[in-house]
Amino acid sequence: MSDYDRTAEYVNHHSEEEGKKMRKTIWVIFWLLLAVTAVEVTLGLIWKDMGLAWTFVKWTFIVLTLVKAYYIVAYYMHLKHEYKNFIYAVALPYIVLVAYLIVMALTEAIYIHNEADMLM
Amino acid sequence: MAGHSTPVDAKKLWGGGISPFNVSYGKIMMWFFLVSDAFTFSALLISYGYMRHRFEEVWPIAENVFTHFPFMHGDHPLLYVALMTFILIMSSVTMVLAVEAGHRMNKKGVTLWMTLTIVGGLIFVGSQAWEWYHFIHGTELGALQLADGTIAQWLSDAKEGLLLPSGVEVTGAEAAALIQSGTEVYGANLTVNEYGVPLFGDFFFFITGFHGTHVFSGVVLNFIIFVNVLKGTYEKRGHYEMVEKVGLYWHFVDLVWVFVFTFFYLI
Repeated sequence: MSDYDRTAEYVNHHSEEEGKKMRKTIWVIFWLLLAVTAVEVTLGLIWKDMGLAWTFVKWTFIVLTLVKAYYIVAYYMHLKHEYKNFIYAVALPYIVLVAYLIVMALTEAIYIHNEADMLM
Repeated sequence: MAGHSTPVDAKKLWGGGISPFNVSYGKIMMWFFLVSDAFTFSALLISYGYMRHRFEEVWPIAENVFTHFPFMHGDHPLLYVALMTFILIMSSVTMVLAVEAGHRMNKKGVTLWMTLTIVGGLIFVGSQAWEWYHFIHGTELGALQLADGTIAQWLSDAKEGLLLPSGVEVTGAEAAALIQSGTEVYGANLTVNEYGVPLFGDFFFFITGFHGTHVFSGVVLNFIIFVNVLKGTYEKRGHYEMVEKVGLYWHFVDLVWVFVFTFFYLI
């Protein structure tokens, strides 16, 4: 079997024992993702009855979402275990562009409402 | 100097001839494709946030729009979309388990976990179709689009009183005049939305539609790789890296849904 892009040279293989450990991590992260989602849904259903401030609830949602995103990218997509320079090559362009878009949206929001409103 | 090259210390610098970062070419390109795809989704969600802020007063609350649950009557906000989220997370787990089995050259394991991933993906796409159907179909009561284009909700099934977008309730002759000049609307499409501003529907169709297209193409890609697994292509090749690559795409689809779920349904 010819393999022109020489993929085989970069392939990860692991043993049964290593596999066992990896499967354990996979399931731990599954339960974590499920728990965070359950918290989000519960909070979404009861925050009004609990009398919580919307600003607080909203930022809780955003932080929890970022937590989930981190675990999916770092462990399920395995980015955490790649070379550091590769992590930067993937993450930095994305972070810079999104930060730019958010700043633009907040700045432009001055013309429709008070910019501070958008954060609350 | 021309014609002379000094050997490069491979530990410090990438000297060419091999793939950089100790990652294969295909996987690097998959990652860069996903970054560019993430740009698109981020731009869509940020513009959603901006327009929602712009039309804050007349923006429908997703909780009040998506309240249906199969085989159950009444209002069940968030429940259905929570189930969809669960299905997608679950299929992400089965995908990563398929990748793990591939690392051990375990064909049986890859086959099992990829089957479950494809089934999960199909259930998700089906759920989305079901939700679109209800959103397009709308409520039995519908709403009234006033002459100025804004949406007023009926106060009761009798359709005599109205709740204006400003929050004021009108009844009697005043309401009758508004009903006379307005049109009754049901459900949502790209130009009309009984729940509030049409822009909400536009963003809903565009963002969930774009995501749904990704899920669908993910299922197709998974299926192609699945057939290759069954045929023993990767067994012959000596590695299951193709499973890893479609796995990256599949996790990305799950990742996007995590954000859509938060910004569209929770906030």
